[in-house]
Amino acid sequence: MSTLLDSSREDASRRDWQHTLHLDALLLLGLVTLSTLGLFVLYSSAGGDSQLLLRQLVRLGIAFGTLFFVAQIRPQWLEHWTPWIYGVGLALLVAVLLVGDVGKGAQRWLDFGFVRFQPSEMMKLAVPMMVAWYLADKRLPPTGLKLLIAGALIVVPVLLIAKQPDLGTSLLIGSAGFFVLFLAGLSWKLLGGLALLAAGGAPILWHFMHDYQRQRVITFLDPEQDPLGAGYHIIQSKIAIGSGGLFGKGWMHGTQAHLEFLPERSTDFIFAVLGEEFGLFGIVVLLLVYSFIIIRSIQIATQAQDTYGRLLGGSLAMTFFIYIIVNTGMVTGLLPVVGLPLPLVSYGGTSMVTLMAGFGMLMSIHTHRKLLPT
Amino acid sequence: MARPVTIKDYLYESHLFMQRAIQALIIAGLLFAVLVGRLVYLQVVAHEHFITLSDDNRIKILPLPPNRGLIFDRNGLILADNLPSYRLEITREQIHDLDATLAELGKLIDIRDVDLKRFRRLRQRTPSFKPVPLRFHLSDEEVARFAINRHRFPGVDIVAGLSRHYPHGPLAAHAIGYVGRIDERDLQNVDGSNYSGTTHIGKVGIEKTYEDLLHGSVGYRQVETNAEGRILRTLTRIPPVPGENLYLTLDAELQSAAEQAFEGKAGAAIVIDPANGDVLAFVSLPSYDPNLFVNGIDVDSYKALRDDPQRPLFNRALRGQYPPGSTLKPFVALGGLEQGITTAHAHTYCPGFYQLPGKARKYRDWKRWGHGTVDLVSAIAQSCDVYFYDLALSMGIDRLHEFLSLFGFGQRTGIDIKGELPGLLPSREWKRATHNQPWFPGETLIAGIGQGFVLSTPIQLASATATLSQYGRRLRPRIVAATQTHEDGELTPRPVETILDIPVEDRQHWTTVIHAMREVVQGRHGTARKISKGAWYEIAGKTGTAQVFGLKKEEKYDASKLSKELHDHSLFIAFAPVDKPRVAVAVVVEHGGSGSAVAAPIARKIMDHYLKKPSP
Repeated sequence: MSTLLDSSREDASRRDWQHTLHLDALLLLGLVTLSTLGLFVLYSSAGGDSQLLLRQLVRLGIAFGTLFFVAQIRPQWLEHWTPWIYGVGLALLVAVLLVGDVGKGAQRWLDFGFVRFQPSEMMKLAVPMMVAWYLADKRLPPTGLKLLIAGALIVVPVLLIAKQPDLGTSLLIGSAGFFVLFLAGLSWKLLGGLALLAAGGAPILWHFMHDYQRQRVITFLDPEQDPLGAGYHIIQSKIAIGSGGLFGKGWMHGTQAHLEFLPERSTDFIFAVLGEEFGLFGIVVLLLVYSFIIIRSIQIATQAQDTYGRLLGGSLAMTFFIYIIVNTGMVTGLLPVVGLPLPLVSYGGTSMVTLMAGFGMLMSIHTHRKLLPT
Repeated sequence: MARPVTIKDYLYESHLFMQRAIQALIIAGLLFAVLVGRLVYLQVVAHEHFITLSDDNRIKILPLPPNRGLIFDRNGLILADNLPSYRLEITREQIHDLDATLAELGKLIDIRDVDLKRFRRLRQRTPSFKPVPLRFHLSDEEVARFAINRHRFPGVDIVAGLSRHYPHGPLAAHAIGYVGRIDERDLQNVDGSNYSGTTHIGKVGIEKTYEDLLHGSVGYRQVETNAEGRILRTLTRIPPVPGENLYLTLDAELQSAAEQAFEGKAGAAIVIDPANGDVLAFVSLPSYDPNLFVNGIDVDSYKALRDDPQRPLFNRALRGQYPPGSTLKPFVALGGLEQGITTAHAHTYCPGFYQLPGKARKYRDWKRWGHGTVDLVSAIAQSCDVYFYDLALSMGIDRLHEFLSLFGFGQRTGIDIKGELPGLLPSREWKRATHNQPWFPGETLIAGIGQGFVLSTPIQLASATATLSQYGRRLRPRIVAATQTHEDGELTPRPVETILDIPVEDRQHWTTVIHAMREVVQGRHGTARKISKGAWYEIAGKTGTAQVFGLKKEEKYDASKLSKELHDHSLFIAFAPVDKPRVAVAVVVEHGGSGSAVAAPIARKIMDHYLKKPSP
């Protein structure tokens, strides 16, 4: 494992175009493979609706465009502007609570007249950037007051977003920040303490939850209790995946999906369509592609030349993992229903663009390194 | 930003990061392993169990849409009904060759071009596994013919349902409105799950305003189906709660009489019971047949309605903003009395024109040679403009605006039909804000006779008239009198709501103005004296003629030389009987000419119908 992460020498000729375009061939290969796979599943889940597929293609185009754009930005520049980006993001989060648009019962959008904007998306990147920026010139592992400040940098936006309420996003942002601390060497003792605190804090959290959030937790613990309502999602997605078996029912032949048993089959529950139509085999292929992307991202982080790049890169890679595990855990009934898409497979645009911007940063960190004399 | 210099052990930190990165990857790997374990359980160990659940494909939950509430007039006559109807639906996914199927169907059932056009439009917005309606209102014969040939058409179904029907067609269509097929925009404003299974939603009028009550709550049916999805039996059933019925304040007979009184002219009339604000008739003409909209109007019919120069889709009663003209005069006069600016006995000489002090411009009276010496009562009865130029100037725009606001001019009346417009009661601030100009005294003059910037809607005029007849009690006009749930059939009356009790300085002032309005109709020189003939009750009214365009200084209005669109609007407001008002009316006839000749006789016919002649 350590040799894999250590391989800093690469083929010189391949490095040339990668450096000019500031792209990383391996990571790009993983992302393109993943998106292609996703389009196949989406086409089936949408019942052969080519309009929907076309819209998703446009969004993918925008997302890859964003990746390319972000990859051109030098990490030093990003680091320099980090506190400003974070500050603006925080201000917008407060603004959203005061004047934001209400959609589906939650306040998430800011309407600037010509464009609607979700500040919490921005914070998915701004929080790990900020924590990495703060720790970049400190002695690691962080302790005492520094740790408290870093913690506050994470907790404030997380609470603001949880209040909107958007549990899924606040969870993602919280873990993005947490992974920076973890990668910076946060001591295991403290981690254990935090875990205990979380266990103790659960009842308090329960008190602050919205009814629909509580309902999700209850439904998670006992889905059969409400088969017509919230539990319906989980029951149906388990049937879809379970009936898929080893090799699935075949592309476009998932009865659960096509007879409309499976809700949200193009968005949050698309993993169940994959499980039904391609079986365990298809899922393992998808997980391998995901793993490839994560490992390559971590590898890029370890090769970064400064603390900021290392911590940010590593956190982005692990946040990507959290996306996957929370979504798949939800669809397979391991975790409560939290509204998070399956990255680059689910239909939908905003979070995809943010994710790709993150991968753009990773590529930028990798390709803007100063070449060491050989 | 100055950053403190910290001594960092880069080698150590890089090593630490490497260690942590590997630990993170191990944790991720373990979690993936748990996930795969779960999948192995679901897809391998418990596969048989889930395949049974899925293969049986048994239990489906079907929404049971509630029946829409009915709409009745005040006497229980039905205005909006639900009729059983059969529609033909096509599920594309189950069809091999759509064109061939449509061609074959055409041999059995009459499918017109408009049906095909609508079908193509709808199918683009519907996923292929959902049924798309092709024809509505199949005849019994067509249903029978299809039933025999059913086996030849997999994926084609006849669905029985209820369809909204307006038995009186265009009668009061602008008040009742209509339902239409739900589109995506509608769904954003309602609870989606409550509308699963619902195909139609109120689009305008009462149907839209009372959508929540009329719709009801959805029910569910748990059914067992076979592999093709055909229903075998019902397991459980949660019945829907039907929408509530509405009883309107409208009197369909009066409404019909009022519409006929217009004899094909375009305009609007509102009839209000001044005691409680009940809208007895709501006329906006020309009208349209709301039944056309229920299942999607075809393009040609819609174009015809939209491009009709008479604008039948325009709700004149609620959204028509007309200069009130001389109908504003009684209110201005009352303002002059109540604010102590004039008295009932003060005289003004009318030479046929008026000039602002020191200005050359002549503001003309409608009567070229003038009314001679007039007081308040004769000025209203003969509609003398000069008297009101003078009074308006003494009041000034600020007091004029303040007093007329009390009657609701320039504001929505708040009637329970969506889409009302507020009209316009100008003020100094308004002029500054919209025109960025100061207010000129000349504008006060013409505002005093209801011209210039002043605009009001027919509903507003009727409400103000009713308020005047009640000595200042301003009620919110209402069109739904009561709601009725299905369970107990009990009627729940909607409350009569007082918006404002206008403070009364001296009741005698109000009596004077009402007396003057009585003179308009009953007096020897009243502008509407012709309509008093043969009436078995006394009417208080005021004529109005609203200019559509301004005349030049010395020009004379000559209807014969003008095209119809430039003819004056004809207005009349009235209430009756004078001593115990039971009905208040506002009539506007677009381009009808003078108020006395056109609008007043219509109002008389409406009141005749309502205040039925006592049998001798």
